[in-house]
Amino acid sequence: MTGGVPAIEAVGVERTYALDGVDVPALRGVTLTIADGEYVAIVGPSGSGKSTLMHLLGGLDQPTAGTLRIGGRDVSGLDPGEMAHLRNATIGFVFQAFHLLGRTSALDNVALPLVYRGLGARQRRARAAQMLERVGLGHRMLHRPNQMSGGEQQRVAIARALVTEPVVLLADEPTGNLDSATGAAVLELLERLNTDEGVAVVLVTHDREVAARARRQIVMRDGLVLSDSAAPAGEVAP
Amino acid sequence: MRFAEAWRVALDALRANRLRSMLTMLGMVIGVGAVVILVALGTGTRDAVQAQVEGLGSNLLIVVPGQVNFNAAPTVSKLDRTDLDAVVKVVGDRDRVTVSLTSGENVRAGNNAMFTSVLGVLESTPKVFLRDLRTGTYLSRTDVDTGRRVAVLGDKVARQLYGARDPVGQQLSIAGVRFRVIGVFAPLGQSLGVDRDNEVHIPLTTAQRLIGTNRIDAFAVKAPDSDGIDSLGRDIVAELHRRHPDDEFSAVTQGQILGALGEILGVLTAVLAAIAGISLLVGGVGVSNIMLVSVRERTREIGLRKAVGARPRDIGLQFLLEAVLLTSVGGILGIVIGVGVSLAVGALSPVPAVVTWWSAVLAFGVSAGVGIAFGVVPAQRAGKLDPVVALRTD
Repeated sequence: MTGGVPAIEAVGVERTYALDGVDVPALRGVTLTIADGEYVAIVGPSGSGKSTLMHLLGGLDQPTAGTLRIGGRDVSGLDPGEMAHLRNATIGFVFQAFHLLGRTSALDNVALPLVYRGLGARQRRARAAQMLERVGLGHRMLHRPNQMSGGEQQRVAIARALVTEPVVLLADEPTGNLDSATGAAVLELLERLNTDEGVAVVLVTHDREVAARARRQIVMRDGLVLSDSAAPAGEVAP
Repeated sequence: MRFAEAWRVALDALRANRLRSMLTMLGMVIGVGAVVILVALGTGTRDAVQAQVEGLGSNLLIVVPGQVNFNAAPTVSKLDRTDLDAVVKVVGDRDRVTVSLTSGENVRAGNNAMFTSVLGVLESTPKVFLRDLRTGTYLSRTDVDTGRRVAVLGDKVARQLYGARDPVGQQLSIAGVRFRVIGVFAPLGQSLGVDRDNEVHIPLTTAQRLIGTNRIDAFAVKAPDSDGIDSLGRDIVAELHRRHPDDEFSAVTQGQILGALGEILGVLTAVLAAIAGISLLVGGVGVSNIMLVSVRERTREIGLRKAVGARPRDIGLQFLLEAVLLTSVGGILGIVIGVGVSLAVGALSPVPAVVTWWSAVLAFGVSAGVGIAFGVVPAQRAGKLDPVVALRTD
């Protein structure tokens, strides 16, 4: 995004789930802004609402109350098709479990988001190949996920997240399924992409060490932002 | 591009579960195959009946006393030779008119005997009906006028009484009266349930004397062309009714016979096809079932696709195509098998089978339609999945 428009902007965002007729609040009023090119870690114990926040920031879900703007666009009132389009245009996801398609080559896995952007096969493959080169997997393009190590799979997933040139890359416990050395390499890759290419990275983790590497930390507890290292005192939710 | 991806993914999914896909298709194969085969048999039977009716000759008009109605009581004919003269006058050509007086009789030649239909007819019979002689000659006008004891045999009668010998010139006894064989018909087979090879033609006059009657059972008239056939029939019936005011008469054309039979056979074919269609429906339920399983199995994939930008209808299309692919590949296989079996039955058995292109097209259309109809619910379910929930599924 150009100019002063933040990548993601949440104002008083709430999310309540109805479980067996009882409303369970997962987020109880979160206000935060992710600027272009930021590197943010969201931390908190399980049940703190960080996964819910991540789903909202990624446009996978809509808030029950409050305003959420992704790439400058208010998500309230968007139908599922429009939300899908918004995700495709602005967000790249990296998941703990990689979520690669098993019977599909690394190249086609990376090219997948471009299918839903409506690009032709040749263009898709060219851009996917470029991305795989950039994450250091130029030699593994036609391998399937089950022929690759966990670290390699997560790098494929990162390439897939970046192939659409998103504004924000959302990584949900990206090192959770990796040993510490491989995890460190994946984090280095994310940091390099952030500094070299200016992609905003939002990392959700419960690992304090991983979070400490980010320039900004947001701590969640009980559906609220407990602390935000970037925000002036007044901006943290009541 | 999205469509091409949906195709690719659908094909891939079917390949990934080969056995399951094949078993699901089997329902469609059987249903479509059954439709094609049953329609082929129905059509073949109708064509065979049509050929039999048309094989009697063209532009035929059969005139009988009473009503042509299955419920009507059989009518004893009051027609005689004076009525023949009147009908000839209406038609205007004696060669176009023949009559029949039928009686079941024992026939004997040497030590061989059999029971057969003896028909008293006119010399014009081969001109009205299509009857070829294998050997000898047919009855002449003189034979009819003078009541000669001569006979023309059906192929089966000739074989049974004389074996390989030539019957022409041989003696024959009908109901104990001696006749001379003058000709043998070429084999004709059945027409409308009557074995045309199992009959003996003798002059009407001779037959009347043999049975001891003056009556004529029925007239057969060959109309000059198909246009005037109905009005000619009405004229003959009117003339006969004028002569016998208390009796009813009916004229039946081949078209009417074909129409009635065609209707019966058409209904029969439709009923058979509908029964086969039920198996298509059952196959469709199987497809629906498997698609629901497929959606459940691939919930995480659906979640991932949605996360990277697949819209509900992209996902729905993918699963709908998978269902349509299942049923239409099954449909094509069913057509191939159905056509093969129909051709084999037609070639190797006496059951007539005629493959019609429309039944194949219809069966394919129905199978693709079944795929759409039974794929919609699973596809919609897949399309509506919440990506958050889908991604969390194990």
